[in-house]
Amino acid sequence: MLVLLGRSGSGKTTTLKLINALLMPTEGAVWVNGEKTSEWDAIRLRRSIGYVIQEGGLFPHFTVERNIGLVPRIDGWEQERVHERVREVLSTVGLNEELAARYPSELSGGQRQRVGVARALAADPSILILDEAFGALDPITRSEMQKEFRELQQRMRKTVVFVTHDLREALLLGDRIALLEEGRLVVNLPAAEFERSQDPLVRAYMEAFTGIPETRKRA
Amino acid sequence: MNFWHFLMANRQQVLELTIEHITLAGIATLLAAVVGIPLGILITRVRALNKPVLGGANVIQTIPSLALFGFLLPAPWIGERAGRLAILALALYALLPLIRNTYAGIRSVDPAVVEAGRAMGLTDRQLLFQVELPLASGVIVAGLRIAAVVTIGLATIAAAIGAGGLGEFIFRGLAMVNNQVILAGAVPAAALALVVDFALGVVERRLGTLRVG
Repeated sequence: MLVLLGRSGSGKTTTLKLINALLMPTEGAVWVNGEKTSEWDAIRLRRSIGYVIQEGGLFPHFTVERNIGLVPRIDGWEQERVHERVREVLSTVGLNEELAARYPSELSGGQRQRVGVARALAADPSILILDEAFGALDPITRSEMQKEFRELQQRMRKTVVFVTHDLREALLLGDRIALLEEGRLVVNLPAAEFERSQDPLVRAYMEAFTGIPETRKRA
Repeated sequence: MNFWHFLMANRQQVLELTIEHITLAGIATLLAAVVGIPLGILITRVRALNKPVLGGANVIQTIPSLALFGFLLPAPWIGERAGRLAILALALYALLPLIRNTYAGIRSVDPAVVEAGRAMGLTDRQLLFQVELPLASGVIVAGLRIAAVVTIGLATIAAAIGAGGLGEFIFRGLAMVNNQVILAGAVPAAALALVVDFALGVVERRLGTLRVG
């Protein structure tokens, strides 16, 4: 799991959109599963990448079941198989089957977020991308979701690109952390090394989150 | 003879003219919907067409209705029959609310939801039919409601060119300086507009609640 860390406007979301061909690089190329995004059929590429956004980005006029089953359904899965798959991913994200018939507005924020993750998993993509996925949740639900998502990832072993501006989240979830600033990649390090990095920007992040400047701690 | 007596005495004719009125207004509204809704969708996709289409529909609205009937008179096929002429003119008037509401409805769909759909790999077509149109349907029906009510009112003028409808009574009453006869046309026309307004209002609310869940 790679975490893209950076402040607003640093290019995290742009990076994600380059991965699923919502944006095309003006220079160079983005390689996904061994092929350039410019050579992929954009629709097929996007269906092979699970995508989660804040609040789940659920379709308000669809039930949970239709939301989750959307990609399999338009990909031509049989109804019975879609139905089964929906039950399966609901339990994967720790939701009760009974919620399948509800509309997104009838769910709590945490449940919506889980449905968002379930929807991304539905077609069993090899890659998951999450854009500030847990950003809108209250701190407790958020921390629950983070822990569960980490366990989920340990079971699933998918390629995950996770965008956040929260260092704590980055350290908790990331195998690697890439720090972006004004569209540039500052560092891309394994999580453990990231913490020890002497890069001034990394230090600034660590300080901002611990709240205590390193110099004072040492003194 | 009071209004009710006149209405009852002429109920056969009132019924016929009402049916004629419904037919005129109904076909015109339907025609406007068939043209206006796709046009409204089109201008959300092709931004350059936005101003000319909405501007054009606006200009049509400013033409006095009697004058529009006159303008269309020399048109081939259309001008031959009063009914066709009336339907076309009414449909032109009904275009604006339909185009505008379709456009506004689609534009009002949460961009995050549309973006999510696109990122999940929905084609433009699937995005339109499964996400944008269902979510815009309440606003589109609101446009249809305005169009239908305006058309029912305006259709009374169709009688001026001999296309029939409840306007017959109104024009006849005006010529005879007889209020009862005018009311015999005006009251059923107003009642018709109210009924349609109410019915489409119910549909609109249904779709509105669907939108929020």
